[in-house]
Amino acid sequence: MQRTERLDMDLKRGSTSHSAYNLRPALPEGEERRTLSVLVDNESGVLARVIGLFSGRGYNIESLTVAETDHTGHRSRITVVATGTPMVIEQIKAQLDRMVPVHRVRDLTVEGPSVERELALVKVANTGESRVESLRLKDSFRASVVDASLDSFVFELTGSPEKIDAFVDLMRPLGLVDVSRTGVAAISRGPEGM
Amino acid sequence: MADAMNGTMTGAEMVIKALIDQGVDTVFGYPGGAVLPIYDEMFKQNKIRHVLVRHEQGATHAAEGYARSTGKPGVVLVTSGPGATNAVTGMQDALMDSIPMVVLTGQVPTFMIGGDAFQEADTVGITRPCTKHNWLVKDTDKLAKTIHEAFYVATNGRPGPVLVDIPKDVQFADGTYVSPRNAKPKTYEPKVKGDPTAIQEAVALIQQAKRPIFYTGGGVINSGPQASQLLRELVAATGFPITSTLMGLGSYPASGEAWLGMLGMHGSYEANLAMHGCDLMICIGARFDDRITGRLDAFSPDSKKIHIDIDPSSINKNVKVDVPIVGDVGHVLEDMLRIFRSGGAQSDKAGLAEWWKTIQTWRAVDCFSYENSDTVIKPQYATQRLAAAMVAHGDYYVTTEVGQHQMWAAQYIPFEAPNRWMTSGGLGTMGYGLPAAVGVQMAHPKSLVVDVSGEASFMMNMQEIATAVQYRLPIKIFILNNERLGMVRQWQELLHGERYSSSYSEALPDFVKLAEAFGGHGIQCDNPGDLDEAIAEMIAYDGPVIFDCLVEKHENCFPMIPSGKAHNEMLLAASLDPGQIGQAIEAGGAVMV
Ligand SMILES: Cc1cc2nc3c(=O)[nH]c(=O)nc-3n(C[C@H](O)[C@H](O)[C@H](O)COP(=O)(O)OP(=O)(O)OC[C@H]3O[C@@H](n4cnc5c(N)ncnc54)[C@H](O)[C@@H]3O)c2cc1C
Ligand SMILES: Cc1ncc(C[n+]2csc(CCOP(=O)(O)OP(=O)(O)O)c2C)c(N)n1
Repeated sequence: MQRTERLDMDLKRGSTSHSAYNLRPALPEGEERRTLSVLVDNESGVLARVIGLFSGRGYNIESLTVAETDHTGHRSRITVVATGTPMVIEQIKAQLDRMVPVHRVRDLTVEGPSVERELALVKVANTGESRVESLRLKDSFRASVVDASLDSFVFELTGSPEKIDAFVDLMRPLGLVDVSRTGVAAISRGPEGM
Repeated sequence: MADAMNGTMTGAEMVIKALIDQGVDTVFGYPGGAVLPIYDEMFKQNKIRHVLVRHEQGATHAAEGYARSTGKPGVVLVTSGPGATNAVTGMQDALMDSIPMVVLTGQVPTFMIGGDAFQEADTVGITRPCTKHNWLVKDTDKLAKTIHEAFYVATNGRPGPVLVDIPKDVQFADGTYVSPRNAKPKTYEPKVKGDPTAIQEAVALIQQAKRPIFYTGGGVINSGPQASQLLRELVAATGFPITSTLMGLGSYPASGEAWLGMLGMHGSYEANLAMHGCDLMICIGARFDDRITGRLDAFSPDSKKIHIDIDPSSINKNVKVDVPIVGDVGHVLEDMLRIFRSGGAQSDKAGLAEWWKTIQTWRAVDCFSYENSDTVIKPQYATQRLAAAMVAHGDYYVTTEVGQHQMWAAQYIPFEAPNRWMTSGGLGTMGYGLPAAVGVQMAHPKSLVVDVSGEASFMMNMQEIATAVQYRLPIKIFILNNERLGMVRQWQELLHGERYSSSYSEALPDFVKLAEAFGGHGIQCDNPGDLDEAIAEMIAYDGPVIFDCLVEKHENCFPMIPSGKAHNEMLLAASLDPGQIGQAIEAGGAVMV
């Protein structure tokens, strides 16, 4: 029944024949994608401030995640994936850094190796061969089943944003209904803290 | 709990105590329901003067004028809802021009927030983008610390406006006061010392430069009088020419030998051509605004650029520079001078002599000349005569509104010292100058304070004459009355085929009667021959004056670099035939060689 609705979802139709990696549209010439980690005081309005900076100055955000990471010190860590020319990215970093509640800004993309992870919940509704195929793919992506009915699954998947893109893309012809993604959480490799 | 240093008091008492502890002597404000407890405490003390303005926007500009002319933060106190929203323009103005300002707003009680209560507005939400930072205080125990933090943030680093929103129940409740000492924010510590290697590198460039220029701005003024002093020493030690933005006028004296005048859209021919042709640009506390750079890809193509700025986000924002130095102008110039002098203060004397020779030929163009008249007062002439009278009088401060008159004031009035010139540069707010003059005169009661105005701008905040009259502030409002929105009219003439869409002031009041109605003094002058005497009368009058100077209605302000054009596409008055003016922009290229 949801077939048409599914196609109405703002998702590109699947392309299972080619490798599902690198599905993201290429960035405009001269632009880069950077992952920034921002340590802030968890005071009221801090997220509105950061988001307002991006919307007010016309910067592009691909994803933004935030949660308190130090409950005694009331610090939150915001991870922003932003795109722009290197000059714009430097502006974004300087603009973030000068905000009063911001302690530190790190550019994880350029300041040494880092890991990025995202969690997704992916709902598919299917039966028969599609159902079997979606389970097979779930295994090869090391996703897990967190909800099941006779004609649907909810998969939980963690990985890089590209891996999640790929999984979602593969699920599309198999009865994809809904996707909920957390956005990127990232941290630098090695012993050093922020 | 109360101890020897910290006492228990109400939130409203705390506000007053915090202001006193911050050294505040003047507050500009307007009462209303949500700030009545604070006004009650204001009533009970006499350390702080409260100036009752006539519109909250007036309070913010008055605070800006006070701040710019003293170097201290300006303080504003207004009520919730409309009081706060009326203050928004002034906050954005202060943000753009880096003016330290602390705005205290009342708010509906905490338990009513979010319920569309009477005169409720999401003040912190509305003002988040137009303040450097803002706070909603929900707990009286945090109030004093927040106010101290607000002063710290407003005045440290790149100065700017901050806002503290105080719900009425927080003003009534008891809490513990803390002193300013215990209130520094943990996260905000701007760097004031410049990186020594970058300064070394800059000095090396200075030693080799053949065609250098100092391009200075409002940051020198922000940094304090000491920075202006150091700048003068550096200019003298190097022998380099210097220009300044609209915001930096006075940091180097207009009478100084190395002075090329203001640069930019309506700046001098010599300053703009020197910027265009230099091989080394030393930008000090200026931000490469579009009024300065013109077309970015044609901006000073052959120069190395040094940029001193306290705000890292100003660096490489519009123009990529070679040697960025993040720090306070005063601190950096001190180090720079020391290093330059310890290296024997060497510079390329021969190269410099050549450069100055070229500059003299540009100076000889006499770009601010205009065709005078003995029947009609030319606005340039009026400004020059006003300047002469102010110089003769001495000890003057000038504020302006926004438009042609603002540019003429910048071109013709000389400033020998910083903090004497108050204008709305970044936001370009018509209606700034009159309330700003109120703020300046509050801080400098004995000095001559003149608002150079246009009749249209004047009407945007003319209610503040009543404030001037009430507080016996003898401000002089000098209106260059062309019965036009002159600057708009100029653009329509040059860029919109002379279609004067709504740029004509159809119904103007009688300004002399208006002055009298407010309890001030009015003067009108329409004859060049009477001008000096009329100006003398204005200056001599002990009280607020509105001077209605009827000037030529169609004068254009030149030189002009049309927006989006390069420095060498500047228009000069003398190069334009009256008949050609409609095509002036296209003909622009021919103006220059
Ligand atoms: C009608 C109109 C026409 C105009 N035409 C012109 C024109 O022809 N020419 C012109 O110059 N302007 C003109 N302006 C003004 C223009 O819009 C800008 O406001 C102005 O050029 C900016 O000046 P600034 O670069 O000195 O920067 P400001 O706005 O004064 O900024 C100061 C800079 O210094 C930094 N700073 C602050 N404090 C310190 C410190 N302590 N140490 C180090 N750095 C510090 C800040 O971070 C900032 O980058 C015009 C405005 C109007 C309304
Ligand atoms: C609040 C505000 N509204 C509109 C403008 C656009 N504007 C810039 S200059 C100008 C005309 C100013 O006229 P007037 O004050 O008479 O000065 P003049 O240019 O004639 O000297 C206008 C409308 C502005 N700068 N500020």
